[in-house]
Amino acid sequence: MSHPLLSVEDVSKSYDGFKAITNLTFYLNAGELRTVIGPNGAGKSTFFDLITGRAKPDCGKIEFGDTAASTQDLTSLNEFEINRLGIGRKFQTPSVYSDHTVWENLLLSLKGPRGVFASLFHRLTSTDHDRLHEILATVRLESKHDWKAGLLAHGEKQWLEIGMLLAQDPKVLLVDEPAAGMTDDETDRTGDLLLSLAGKHSLIVIEHDMAFVKQIARHGQVTVLHQGSVLCEGKFEEVQANPKVREVYLGRGKHGSR
Amino acid sequence: MTPTTYRRLELGALTSTAILLVAIIPWLHANGTISNFTIGVWGKYLCYALLAISVDLLWGYTGLLSLGQALFFTLGGYMHGMYLMRMIGDLGQYKKPLPDFLVFLGWERLPAFWEPFASFPFALSMVFLLPGIIAYIFGFLAFRSRIKGVYFSILTQALTYAASIMFFRNNLLLGGNNGFTDFKFILGYNLAAPATSRALFIATAMAVLLAYVFCRWLSQTKFGLVQQAIRDGENRVLFSGYATAHFKLFVFVVAALIAAVGGALYTPQVGIINPGEMQADKSLEAVVWVAVGGRGTLLGPIIGAITINALKSWATRAYPDLWLILLGGLFIIVVLFLPGGIVSLPTRLRSAWQIFRAAPPPSPASSPKPPLT
Repeated sequence: MSHPLLSVEDVSKSYDGFKAITNLTFYLNAGELRTVIGPNGAGKSTFFDLITGRAKPDCGKIEFGDTAASTQDLTSLNEFEINRLGIGRKFQTPSVYSDHTVWENLLLSLKGPRGVFASLFHRLTSTDHDRLHEILATVRLESKHDWKAGLLAHGEKQWLEIGMLLAQDPKVLLVDEPAAGMTDDETDRTGDLLLSLAGKHSLIVIEHDMAFVKQIARHGQVTVLHQGSVLCEGKFEEVQANPKVREVYLGRGKHGSR
Repeated sequence: MTPTTYRRLELGALTSTAILLVAIIPWLHANGTISNFTIGVWGKYLCYALLAISVDLLWGYTGLLSLGQALFFTLGGYMHGMYLMRMIGDLGQYKKPLPDFLVFLGWERLPAFWEPFASFPFALSMVFLLPGIIAYIFGFLAFRSRIKGVYFSILTQALTYAASIMFFRNNLLLGGNNGFTDFKFILGYNLAAPATSRALFIATAMAVLLAYVFCRWLSQTKFGLVQQAIRDGENRVLFSGYATAHFKLFVFVVAALIAAVGGALYTPQVGIINPGEMQADKSLEAVVWVAVGGRGTLLGPIIGAITINALKSWATRAYPDLWLILLGGLFIIVVLFLPGGIVSLPTRLRSAWQIFRAAPPPSPASSPKPPLT
């Protein structure tokens, strides 16, 4: 088996006695698109918090690296250091800089030096320009590049944040509920975009919308989280057919009929 | 309005303001149209404008409400004040070669830390170094511990409060609650001479203009974008690979330096510096200036500081008992009805005028209200 790009081994995290994550083990291979599902409170967002350094695990290992030699321990790094290694995150509620224009939002996210003095004397190269236009085209915000991000519709903000993630050109994209608040058409396009990124990038997508999960999990694996640990892993159909999953998740609520 | 015409307009306005402040007002003062008193008072307003710029750089642009900027202002004032005290020489009340308050405290010889302040370059470097180092240490600790929002405000207020208690003590050997006063000379020139007041005014005006140009430049660099992004969504910035603590620390130190320059220019023009200037209410007042002028704008703090202090000069003479009520009322009115401050008035009025013009002429006879369904 090849070396996993991201490995989370036996990780636990509790907040004031509440166990958000219990003995979670998870591997992500390079180029993979992994979908993570699970009922509310299953620990999906905490899972992302642990990988991105927002929260520190109580125990366990989180490592990241292409090869065994370049592997780094993420638990000792903070948010911006982890991001610089190449792990980008899209938040559940779209978080864009509402007072900045769409262009400025992307510019701030563009891969490049992040230091104080570098940003004081930073100039855009023509390559940067082309890259920004390319991203604008990908997220279909070319005509609104000079709009304040706060004025965009909810779905457009989601797209902008995905664009900001693309601008960082990360190795791993952690995407939390990208389709929330989107129309069916937008959801479909988001799915296509994420699928097109797999291979070049690795992705972990948290999602609730089962139609969307079905779309993006066509080729990849689905991980089901329940009460802070992995309930099962497999192809979408396998997961769907798993009686344990049906019991805790698919078997109830509005997605039960599928 | 295209960006180029806007640029040209801005440059024109800046140049004419510069000419007014650096040439016309001093010229009117030289021929006696403007009194010595008036130019001193305006010099003081401009020093306060520097303090306001410092508050706005933190609060308006970075979302850090510092209630301790008066501390850095006063420290700058004290560092310059120590030089001015040394320049009194033996012309003090006691005719001794050391500052009066030291003679009063029974000192025969100058304490060692007072020695180098006879040198203007040394005092000038201390104007920057002391506030800069204190801001660096405090900012480093606060931002590393991720102290944010109201906790940051409280901490900065506590810092300035603690410092003022320290400066009120006589055994700090910085003049206790009287501070420094009775200055005589600056760089060999008599401080009472009109030409000296004029030169100090010009220096202050140039400092304000420089601070404005610097902030203007900063706001359009990528640094400025990061700064405002921290204000609007610090998490996103952090998760985009920026060490937000470093950016905040840089802004905090720069803001402290701007305030310190204001204080250093304040001391010779007002003729006194004492720990009263670093009490918590002074910092709060500066926040009110920024809010009234227009938070998060370049001109707002300058306009706010000048307007409110001019109002204060008038009101404390005309209605001394009512001044604080007036200030509080003004603050409430701005927060409730003019959140963008004075600088947002033209746009406000223009849009109100457009709505007024677009509205159909009222016909009192007809226009029954549509029934509510």
